[in-house]
Amino acid sequence: MNTLTEQKKVLRIENLSASTNEKKILEGLSLEVKPGEIHALMGPNGSGKSTLSYVIAGHPKYKVETGRIFFGEKELLTLSPAERSKEGIFLAFQYPMEVAGLSLSQFLFASLKARNQNLSPVEYSKELKTALAKIGKDASFASRHLNVGFSGGEKKRAEILQLLMLKPQLAILDETDSGLDVDALQVVADAINSLRSPEFSALVITHYPKMLELLKPDVVHIIANGKIVLSGSPELIKKVENEGYGWLEK
Amino acid sequence: MVGKMSVEELQLINENYEEKFGFNVEDKPLIKLDKGLNEETVKKISEIKNEPEWMRTARLSALKIFFKKPMPTWGGDMKSIDFDNVTYFLKSSAQSEDSWDKVPEEIKKTFEKLGIPEAERKFLAGSGAQFESESVYHMIHADLAKQGVIFCDMDTAMKEHPELVREYFGKIVPAGDNKFAALNTACWSGGSFIYVPKGVKVKTPLQAYFRINSKNMGQFERTLIIADEGSEVVYFEGCSSPTYSSDSLHAAVVELVAKPNARIRYVTIQNWSNNVYNLVTKRAFAYENATVEWIDMNAGSKLTMKYPSVYLKGEHAKADILSVAFASKGQHQDTGGKVIHLAPNTSSRIISKSISKNGGRSSYRGLVRVAKGAKNVKSTVKCDALMLDKDSRSDTYPTMQIDEKDATIAHEAKVGKIGEEQLFYLMSRGLSESEASAMIVLGFIAEFTKELPMEYAIELNKLIRLEMEGSVC
Repeated sequence: MNTLTEQKKVLRIENLSASTNEKKILEGLSLEVKPGEIHALMGPNGSGKSTLSYVIAGHPKYKVETGRIFFGEKELLTLSPAERSKEGIFLAFQYPMEVAGLSLSQFLFASLKARNQNLSPVEYSKELKTALAKIGKDASFASRHLNVGFSGGEKKRAEILQLLMLKPQLAILDETDSGLDVDALQVVADAINSLRSPEFSALVITHYPKMLELLKPDVVHIIANGKIVLSGSPELIKKVENEGYGWLEK
Repeated sequence: MVGKMSVEELQLINENYEEKFGFNVEDKPLIKLDKGLNEETVKKISEIKNEPEWMRTARLSALKIFFKKPMPTWGGDMKSIDFDNVTYFLKSSAQSEDSWDKVPEEIKKTFEKLGIPEAERKFLAGSGAQFESESVYHMIHADLAKQGVIFCDMDTAMKEHPELVREYFGKIVPAGDNKFAALNTACWSGGSFIYVPKGVKVKTPLQAYFRINSKNMGQFERTLIIADEGSEVVYFEGCSSPTYSSDSLHAAVVELVAKPNARIRYVTIQNWSNNVYNLVTKRAFAYENATVEWIDMNAGSKLTMKYPSVYLKGEHAKADILSVAFASKGQHQDTGGKVIHLAPNTSSRIISKSISKNGGRSSYRGLVRVAKGAKNVKSTVKCDALMLDKDSRSDTYPTMQIDEKDATIAHEAKVGKIGEEQLFYLMSRGLSESEASAMIVLGFIAEFTKELPMEYAIELNKLIRLEMEGSVC
């Protein structure tokens, strides 16, 4: 599987416009995330944060009108969601779906195989155990049906467990911190920080500065009305915290 | 791994029904009665079987009931059943053999292709195979036979255990119960007979496989299982047939008797080709503290109407019915379960899981009845339907007749679709669309697959995989 992580890949989004149900959401968005970096994406409700994450992952509900997305050499927009996953992209969902009768562990095992990250059953259970420990859960958690009856916090932890196991090169976290208490937030941040490497990058969508304090992003982007309006240093987080987004209107 | 197998295992198998089940072998009957049903047909069947007078009489009076009863006006569409264009009796082998080597070559080949001798070697305590009207093979492990367990075909049982057959035949499902029970009673041939003596627990399953080979065939097997006090038995049945453009008819009757403290688990994997009308009556009597479980999977046939039932006749008796239906194009699965609480402190559970795709139709039809005097009854009914596309259809027809106020009855029905969001979620982790759909479907019926031995789970999952091909939404 290490062929995946050996090469460094840049995420490059060029002039992306996308709509859903005839409604334009992204309008000429451009963004670049370099390997080894963590980028924060902040912005008001309805600014297009979740849409951007879905479009990168390939959700069929969104129609891309213009623009291109590259991950390394590959152009993503022609690839299926499964192929994008195999290219090393991972989306931690804001609202993970439930699948009754399918255990989290079975699902993970199947995903790893589908992504050609072949592990022997022994290696698999070892890695699973380590990953479970990182999210503060034991084996019984992985034997539960995928997200069925999970609390909000458990769903987020399950997303992070998948992130840890699938070892993508680019993680997009869509408000993974929302609804988490302080302890859970620390668990999530620690897990992401443990993945930090020159090959790994992350795009972290959040409303809350707390998560960003723990993650220490390299770059912060502000999105409004479907495009990046400002990119800069983590200083921007403080500005948003103190002033909200009202100043964007000026 | 899904259930007991992996999606990869599913992916490996790419055969279709035609190759795997839909083949036929040359028809070389020893005896084949002319098509059509009348008194002569029934008399001939009885004569060929050299039956005692009581059975001949039972057949003839059942035939009268069959002619008298109108076709059901509920359930599925049976208008195109042509009773005159059915072969009611076809004998292909001189006798039921106890070794595969003695089974006629073509018939043996059929069952080898279906993996029956292999399954038998792997995990069965006894095995039977029926080809057209009669059993061609029956085997039971010597240690079970030594303990007094009887496992043979019904024709053999008529000869060797006439007193047992006579005591129970038609007592659980009388000929007058419905038109197709009458038809079966008139024309029955083959089927399994099991008797488990007091206290004997048969831990490994007994199995019978039913095969229709020729065109316009009518198969009317009759199965009777008697579990004596404190005994236990698990029975599996499977079936398949070649695909023909004209219809065949399968009208079986299954009668179960679970005496006090006995336990019967009856598992069916029905996989007839899409030209078979499958109209089956299955019923069990459960006495004091006995448990009857029907695990009933219907994946094939043109129309299936089948509602396994349990009459809870003794205190603390239990019924557990798990009905799984898979309706594809041109198929209607009208299935469910019935429980009649006739004694106090009895309990029951009916779980129905149906999957409809490519315009297939599945209906849950069920009955829970609590009779006067059956105090402190508990019953749960849960119906889940999963629809894979807009053209498919799912209905529920539950009936409750509760004559005791203190009964605790729960009913729950849900209809769902494989959502775009659910598929996208799984696909975003690297799974292809068909892998993702198969995982959702297999998860949906996991309650069923977990009850099966590994070999069956694999077979079943192959089947689902087959069904899911080209049906991604």
